[in-house]
Amino acid sequence: MITQTHFLVLSAALFMLGIIGVMTRRNIIIILMSMELMLNAVNINLIAFSRQLGDVTGQVFAVFVICVAAAEAAVGLGIILAFYRNRETINIDEMNLMRW
Amino acid sequence: MAEAVVFYIFAALILGFAVLVITAKSTVHSVLYLVADFLCVAALYVVLQAQFLAVIQVTVYAGGIVVLYLFVVMLVNLKRPPELYSDPRRLGRLGLVMALAVFGELVAIGAYGWLKPSGFSGTLDAKNIEQVGRALYTDYLVPFEVASVLLLVAMIGAILLAKRET
Repeated sequence: MITQTHFLVLSAALFMLGIIGVMTRRNIIIILMSMELMLNAVNINLIAFSRQLGDVTGQVFAVFVICVAAAEAAVGLGIILAFYRNRETINIDEMNLMRW
Repeated sequence: MAEAVVFYIFAALILGFAVLVITAKSTVHSVLYLVADFLCVAALYVVLQAQFLAVIQVTVYAGGIVVLYLFVVMLVNLKRPPELYSDPRRLGRLGLVMALAVFGELVAIGAYGWLKPSGFSGTLDAKNIEQVGRALYTDYLVPFEVASVLLLVAMIGAILLAKRET
């Protein structure tokens, strides 16, 4: 019997994998991909609750999350391209222009 | 029973591909593992009776966003591997430990819920797309329009950012 808890634990594990990717990798494209993994974990959570409560509101919010993820990917990758054109690197440790 | 088997297979695939995404040496391989991961998540949405979201996941994520990532990976020339230089001030290992600690905490919360199982009480009927569309265009009409404006702004921003300066 699959319960709500199974989906919540799966979602938490996926979210943590995303956080570990953000924390440990230095390639900024992989960091953005880890963020997509985290957004997917959130979507699994929303849809599991939608199923449990028998209400489609969670699915509507998942649509909005996907919409924001698409916008984030487009703008983030645009920033990466612009940065690469100027500095010839995608290593996040070399992106310290605004770091104090 | 069948639901349990399908859930465990896809959960294992999702987590396995996610580990491969964040550990793969080559960025192109990482993007390809990401596609597989998104497809497995879409299958999980079908298990959760969210067919419309599954289709959206396949078209928007696996079809659109991943192609965008592949384009950028191909455009960015990685002759110098980005993992070579590491900032000495960076606390990556500490971040890993903290993330694992939070994960352990969340698993503990999950185990607590396991002891008091809560089955799926409500049921969604078969007309999933109709229900989602009705909710989207009546109760959530204003957020829907705001989301469309957000996408427009993101599109213009991405074009401006990626445009070569003349």
